[in-house]
Amino acid sequence: MRAIGIILAGGNNNRMRELSNKRAIAAMPIAGSYRSIDFALSNMANSHVQKVAVLTQYNARSLNEHLSSSKWWDFGRKQGGLFVFTPTITKENSLWYQGTADAIYQNLTFLKNSHEPYVVIASGDGIYKLDYNKVLEYHIAKRADITVVCTTCKDQSEVERFGVLRMNEDGRIEEFEEKPMISAYNTISTGIYVIRRRQLIELIEKAAQEGRNDFVRDILIRYKNLKRIYGYKIDSYWSNISTAESYYRTNMAFLEPEIRNYFFKQEPAVKTKIDDLPPAKYNPGAVVKNSLVASGCIINGTVENSVLFKDVFVGNNCVIKNSVILNNVYLGDNTHIENCIVESRDTIRANSYYCGEGEVKIVVEKNERYVL
Amino acid sequence: MIKKEMIAMLLAGGQGSRLGVLTEKVAKPAVAFGGKYRIIDFPLSNCINSGIDTVGVLTQYQPLRLNTHIGIGIPWDLDRNEGGVTVLPPYEKSQNSEWYTGTANAIYQNLDYMEQYNPDYVLILSGDHIYKMDYEVMLDFHKANKADITIACMPVPIEEASRFGIMVTDETGRIQEFEEKPEHPSSNLASMGIYIFSWPVLKNALIALKDQSNCDFGKHILPYCKEKGQRLFAYEYNGYWKDVGTLGSYWEANMELIDIIPEFNLYEEFWRIYTKGDIIPPQYISSDAVIDRCLIGEGAEIYGEVHSSVIGPNVVIGKDSVIRDSIIMRNSVVGENVVMDKAIVAEDVVIGNGVVLGCGEEVPNVYKPSVYAFGIATIGEKSVIPDHVKIGKNTAISGVTVPEDYPDGVLASGQVITAKDGDGK
Repeated sequence: MRAIGIILAGGNNNRMRELSNKRAIAAMPIAGSYRSIDFALSNMANSHVQKVAVLTQYNARSLNEHLSSSKWWDFGRKQGGLFVFTPTITKENSLWYQGTADAIYQNLTFLKNSHEPYVVIASGDGIYKLDYNKVLEYHIAKRADITVVCTTCKDQSEVERFGVLRMNEDGRIEEFEEKPMISAYNTISTGIYVIRRRQLIELIEKAAQEGRNDFVRDILIRYKNLKRIYGYKIDSYWSNISTAESYYRTNMAFLEPEIRNYFFKQEPAVKTKIDDLPPAKYNPGAVVKNSLVASGCIINGTVENSVLFKDVFVGNNCVIKNSVILNNVYLGDNTHIENCIVESRDTIRANSYYCGEGEVKIVVEKNERYVL
Repeated sequence: MIKKEMIAMLLAGGQGSRLGVLTEKVAKPAVAFGGKYRIIDFPLSNCINSGIDTVGVLTQYQPLRLNTHIGIGIPWDLDRNEGGVTVLPPYEKSQNSEWYTGTANAIYQNLDYMEQYNPDYVLILSGDHIYKMDYEVMLDFHKANKADITIACMPVPIEEASRFGIMVTDETGRIQEFEEKPEHPSSNLASMGIYIFSWPVLKNALIALKDQSNCDFGKHILPYCKEKGQRLFAYEYNGYWKDVGTLGSYWEANMELIDIIPEFNLYEEFWRIYTKGDIIPPQYISSDAVIDRCLIGEGAEIYGEVHSSVIGPNVVIGKDSVIRDSIIMRNSVVGENVVMDKAIVAEDVVIGNGVVLGCGEEVPNVYKPSVYAFGIATIGEKSVIPDHVKIGKNTAISGVTVPEDYPDGVLASGQVITAKDGDGK
């Protein structure tokens, strides 16, 4: 293979609200059965990138648990493999990762010891399918120094979350603004880059010498007139889940037949860690409409327009509407949940009432659980 | 030298002909069960949960599905550097090559396999029962009794005892007598087909009886050892155990999983059952769907009504269809406006729109009345059923059928259609 992979999975975002208290964004559960990082990892595996480093920093317990074996994505071969790099104290450095460029700098040995000519950099919070080889071919054809995968931002008010760019007719990026409050443009960076390995080492070392730590600000933007930086535009589904609202919206999107079909039925498949849970069980009293239900769930109540992750128990006479219920939640009898994200491993007492008004409500409720 | 205290030999070569078209293309242990499992998952999971990490699986009849399912044993953590799971098909020898001609003969032909692990005990299992059992407890019983052979037994109602191999024991549990399917049973302790042998005892008996034709554990090995005065003990087991050898018992065992608190509970954290989880996405239940009392597997899409049924992974059930009391295995597609009552639909079946399955009077099957009974309509793997046909009870269909196969659009109760496969086999 011509490329190695780096997945930046260290980040946190306050706009995830309580959801990021217990895990890095890359470990957020998605669409009933997956976690966010599965999409980047599966894209790597499906693009035959065999050697992938995941850079983690923020609360990686649940991410590490998810990545405890690399066999689910078919890594762990004699050639290549999956590497998880958390910050460590070394002779030269005892600091945390100071930014995306610094995270790569602290693991530069991984880049230096590889022999593949290219590097694919992706982030752990994107939900999409992409054959990175196509980006690589474009990168080579354009004789680019860096290729940035970009897409159209459908909601102009959201540009403030992204890097916004403008390309010329040839695809070369002429303007790049990082998270502007408003912008005249709506083409945004997806945080996926292709770059020659030696070029990356050179740029990262240079930045480190100058005490610069951010890949976007200190490399992409700083070098955009000097280096040939190109945009590769995709129009297939892509979503970034790094705010509670976009996380909720992304999960709900899987209730749409086209998106479900695209991710669940069309090849190549997205892979994830297998949990060995029994099939979902519907007891008398279960009424389920327009919902996704993962394995291990036991349902006794009403569920509408919702996504139930693995191992959720829904008690008698419960009503769940327009909600995302994360893994291993126990909902006591007569509970009403509407417009909510219920945090994983919650135990909701019987007769509880939660309803998100105006914005989606995040329910974190740790009670004693008495279950056989 | 490699040393394993106990290894397991799992007999998975049988056809299970009483499951009719369900085992036409796969061995019985590979038949799907309980929404996402296959029958062999139960003994394999029991092995690893009991701390047995070396399992030989003896295959013979239609092994492709089994081989694919087992692979190198990853789902059961049986991919080991030492031991793990090994599939053992019959093989050619320099003299008298033969198939596995009986249960004990199959084990005899794999003496070398067992020898290389230098075991103290060998556990003999069959791949066609649904149960959770800690074999380590049984081994402790075996050791405590200084037994040569321990046979797991289950008390059954005395009126059913004549269907089983019956053990007559003294007060210490030592076996005094066997009765093979006795007309007038003198005990109700039925053999479950699970044996622990002390290795030298097994080896000697297999070698002594190597020329016995169709050498079988129940018929030959156990009587031989008893006559030699060896210590045979009955280990009484009182949990859930189900032989799913007939369509009726297979259907019933699936249906029992739907009970609110099933006797055989797959949802307990303890003693998990593992299987090859190759289908990942969650299931989708549409706005028009009605579901109650069901188990539904991953990736299924339900647009119709499903009552009291077990639905496998990736099954699609079309709009306005009504499914009751049925088992539908993975990847099958049920069209729209289908009415299905008490049917077993195997894997990769396509059922057209407007089909009525399991209608009419119950009439004994004309070809195999003992197999296709219980009022069940059975559809074999990869079958295709054209739109708008009616299919009665105690029926069986296999292969790609066309409207011409159904006179007046009907397959009457008790009838069978065997058509060619899509690929002409």
